[in-house]
Amino acid sequence: MIMSGKKHKGQSEFSRFIYQLSKNKMAMIGLAIIILEVFIAVFAPAIAPYGYQEIDANALRQPPSSAHWFGTDEIGRDIFSRVIIGTRYSLSMGILATLISSAIGIVIGAIAGFAGGWADNVIMRALDVIQSLPGMLLVIVMSAVLGSGYFNTILALSVGSIPAAARMLRANMLRQRKAEYIEAAYSINCSPARIIFKHLVPNSISANIVQMTMGVSHVIVQAASLSFIGLGIQPPTPDWGAMLSGARAFIRKSPHMVIFPGLAIAITVLAVNMLGDGVRDAMDPKLKK
Amino acid sequence: MSENKSYLKIENLRVEYFSSKEVVHAVNGVNLRMHKGKTLGLVGETGAGKTTIAKSILRILPDVGSRIVEGSITVDGQDLLKLKENDMRKIRGNDISMIFQDPMTALNPVQRVGEQISEAVRLHSDMSKEDCDKRAKEMLKMVGITEDRFSEYPHQFSGGMKQRIVIAIALACNPKILLADEPTTALDVTIQAQVLDLVAELQKKFNTSMLLITHDLGVVAQVCDDVAIIYAGQIVEYGTKEQIFHHPSHPYTVGLFGAIPDMAGDDEWLHPIEGLPPDPTKPIKGCAFAPRCKFATDKCFNETPVTHKTPDGHECSCHNMKEALKEEEK
Amino acid sequence: MSEMVRVEGLKKYFSTARGLLHAVDDVTMTIQKGHTVGIVGESGCGKSTLGRTIIHLLDKTDGKIFLEGKDVSDVKGKELARVREQMQIIFQDPYSSIDPKKSIRDTVKEPLIVSRKYSKAEIEEKTDELMDLVGIDERLKYSYPHELDGGRRQRVGIARALALNPKFVVCDEPVSALDVSIQAQVLNLLKKLQQDRDLTYMFVTHDMSVVRHISDEICVMYLGQVVEKCPSKELFKKPLHPYTKALLSAIPSTDIDHPTKREILQGELTSPINPKPGCRFAARCPFATQACHEPQVQQEVEKGHFVRCCRVKEVN
Repeated sequence: MIMSGKKHKGQSEFSRFIYQLSKNKMAMIGLAIIILEVFIAVFAPAIAPYGYQEIDANALRQPPSSAHWFGTDEIGRDIFSRVIIGTRYSLSMGILATLISSAIGIVIGAIAGFAGGWADNVIMRALDVIQSLPGMLLVIVMSAVLGSGYFNTILALSVGSIPAAARMLRANMLRQRKAEYIEAAYSINCSPARIIFKHLVPNSISANIVQMTMGVSHVIVQAASLSFIGLGIQPPTPDWGAMLSGARAFIRKSPHMVIFPGLAIAITVLAVNMLGDGVRDAMDPKLKK
Repeated sequence: MSENKSYLKIENLRVEYFSSKEVVHAVNGVNLRMHKGKTLGLVGETGAGKTTIAKSILRILPDVGSRIVEGSITVDGQDLLKLKENDMRKIRGNDISMIFQDPMTALNPVQRVGEQISEAVRLHSDMSKEDCDKRAKEMLKMVGITEDRFSEYPHQFSGGMKQRIVIAIALACNPKILLADEPTTALDVTIQAQVLDLVAELQKKFNTSMLLITHDLGVVAQVCDDVAIIYAGQIVEYGTKEQIFHHPSHPYTVGLFGAIPDMAGDDEWLHPIEGLPPDPTKPIKGCAFAPRCKFATDKCFNETPVTHKTPDGHECSCHNMKEALKEEEK
Repeated sequence: MSEMVRVEGLKKYFSTARGLLHAVDDVTMTIQKGHTVGIVGESGCGKSTLGRTIIHLLDKTDGKIFLEGKDVSDVKGKELARVREQMQIIFQDPYSSIDPKKSIRDTVKEPLIVSRKYSKAEIEEKTDELMDLVGIDERLKYSYPHELDGGRRQRVGIARALALNPKFVVCDEPVSALDVSIQAQVLNLLKKLQQDRDLTYMFVTHDMSVVRHISDEICVMYLGQVVEKCPSKELFKKPLHPYTKALLSAIPSTDIDHPTKREILQGELTSPINPKPGCRFAARCPFATQACHEPQVQQEVEKGHFVRCCRVKEVN
C-alpha cells in the first residue's frame, strides 16, 4: 500500500512478475540454459566443427575422442555437430508450435467464452472431439496427413495443444465476465471488441502463459517421438529424436550415439520446466505479498 | 475495573507477520482485560489488529509467516502462550470458541449441519454419538432452528441461519470464552438484530465471557459492557461502555464518533478523520495516530504515549489527553 | 421541467432454474433535478437491480424510463450510447470495479477515449482535471489498483463515472466497503461534487445513518417493491410502513442512554422467485390480515409520503 510521500511511478503487474521471477534461482538457471541453447541454435554452423552431413568413412561409430567430442554415428557423421545443429530444430519447433496453438486456442476460447449460447456449445463440442483422441495419436495422424518436413511438423504438433489452451482461456474469461469492472466497461459504452481485447483477455491470460511454458517441453518430447518413429523431421536433418531413432540398433555397442542426443532432449526439457515452474510461481497471487 | 476480577488478561502482546520481503507489525504491545460473564467490545478499523488478537488467543495464527514476538495471554491464571499444542487443542472449541465473520464459508458445505454441531461436542467429550446428537438438537433449538432441520446441508439455510448454526457450534461445548469476529457484519440489519439478541441471551444464560470484534459502534452500544479501541495494533482507549460513549478521550475515539453520520443531528458535512492508517510494515516512532491528530505536538511524534487514567476512571493512551478533552467539551 | 429521471411500472425479472425471479416489480418513482434519492433495503430487495436497470446496464422486462422528460425506455445503438453518457454509475466494491491490469490513469481515461469526442491532448488534460477533482495525489496518478487502499480506489471509480459529464449518477453502495473514517471522506466528496456539478444522485445503500445524511428523499424497498417513499427526515420521524418501522428499530443506535425500542422481526425473507400476489411482507408482518394477501397499491397517505400497505391507517 502506498502511504509514504515519495513520488510513485507505478509498478505494473508485469514488472512485479519479472521481479518475482528473477528471484527464483531455479527458474533463472532454466532461463540461462534456454538462452544458451538459443545462442547455439543461432550460431550453430559457426560452432559446429563439421557439417551435419559430413561423412568420415573411416570413423564409423567411434566413441568420443578429441577429434569427435561426442563420437560418430553409424554413417560416420560427427555427433557433436549434429547435436549442435539439431538445437535449431527441437527448440524452435517446441516454441513455434506452442505459440501457434496458444494463439489459436486463445482466440477460440475468447469467442466461446464471450459469445456463450450455441456458439460456445459448438466450439466446445468440437474441442471435445479433438481431445478425445490420445495426444500422441493425434499428432501422428496429423503428421501423416500433412506430411513430413519442418513446417508441416510444427502444424501437426500444434493441433493437439489447441483445446487445452482454449478451455483455459474460456474458463478464466467466464469468471472475469461477471466482475464489476466489466460492468463498468459496459456503462462507459465500450464496444464488445474493446471489452474482450482490452479487459477480458488481459485478465484471463495469465494461466495460459504458464500453460505455454510447460507446453513447450511437452511439444519438444512429442517432436522427438515423431522423428523417432520416422515421421516428422526426416533424416539426414539432425533432429535429436531422429538421431535417437537411428541409434536404436546400436545401443549396446555404441551407447554414445544414444546418450548425447538423449541428454540434449533431457536438459532442454528440464530447463523449460524449471522456467515454467518459476513463471507459475511468479504469477500466483497467493505467493505474492 | 478491578484487576483481580479479570478472567482473561492479555499483557504486552506483540505479533508480527513476515515474508521474505517485509515484516508487518500487526499487534504492538496490547494490554487487555476481560471480565467473567461480560462482553468486551474491541473496536477498530481494517488492519488495526483485532482479528490477529483473537487468533492469538486461540493460537490459530498461520504456522508459517507469523510470530508471537512477546506477551502473555492468561486465562484463569494459565498462560495460553506457554501451553503445548496438545493441551491447547483441548481448550480450543471447548473452553474457548470462535465465531468468524463470514457464515458462508465457516460451515463445511458437504456435511449436514447437525453433524457439524455433534462433531464439535464429540471432540471434547466422551459422550456417545446419540448423546452428542441430542446435545446438537438442543443447541439447534436454542438458536431458534427447528430440530427437524438437523439433517440439512448448509446451502439450504440463509445467511442469518447459517450464522446461528455457527453460533450453535461455538456454544455447543459451553465455552467459558467466546471470541466473535464481526459476527453480524455480513448480515442484513434486521437479521443482525436477531442474531445479536440471540447471542446476548445465550451469553447471559451460560455466563460466557465474550470478546466482540467490530467496527460498528452501534453494535457495541447494544451488546457490550466494556470497550477497547484499537488503532495500528495498540489499545488507545479502554473503559466501560458508559465511560467510552459519554467521555471519549482519545482523539481517535473522538474522531470515530464524529465521523459517523449523526442520526439525530443535521450537519451538512461529515467530520472524517483525515489521512490514512499508518503502514504496518514500518516501525512507528511515538504515537501511531500523531500524523492524523489535530492535537499532535512534537512529543507525540517522538515518545510513545503512556496509559493515563481519565477523569472518570477509564484508560487512555495520549500525551495530550487533557487538550483533547477540553476541545470535546466545547 | 425539474424532473431528472422518472420510471413508471418498471419491472426486471430474471429467469432462474427455480422460476421467475421478480427482482424489481412495478416500481414507479420520480427523481427531481439536483436531488439525492436514497434507496434502502436489505439483500434481495432489488435496489441494486433497480439502479442498473434505469441506466440501461440491464435490459428492463417492462415499464418506462424517462430522462429529463424524454422517453428512453427502448433506446438502442447510438442513442443508447448518448443516454448512457448522461447516466453513470459508481460501484460498490472498490476492489473489483477497476481493471486490475490497468493503471488508474488509464481507467479514468477510458470513457473519454471510447466516446471519441476529444483529441489526445484534450483527453490528457481532462484526465488530469478529473483526478484532481476527486483528490488523487499527483504522485499516484500512474499507480495500479493493487497499490492503493479502498478509499482511493473508490475515488478512481468516481472520477471514471464523472468523466463523461453525466447528469444522473447511480451510487451503488459506494461507501459500504470502506472503513468508517474513510466513508466520511468519500461521502463529503460526493456531496461536494453534487453541489459543484449540479448532479442528481440515486444513492443505494443498506446503511440507514448514511442514507439519512445524504438523501433528500428515501425509498424503502422490500423484495422488489417500493413499500414507502417520503422526504428523508420524515421517514425517520414518522415511518408508516411496518417494514420501515422494523428496519429503523433494528438499527443499533450509538445513543446508549436511549436504546431504541426494538421490534424484532420473526422469520426470514420470503423468496422473490414466483412470489404470490399480495403484500410480500405479510409473512413477517405483525399486523397482517387476510386483506394483505390481495395485491397492494401505493397510496399517497400524506403530501409526498407514499406507502404500499392496506392497513397503514390501523398500524399507525
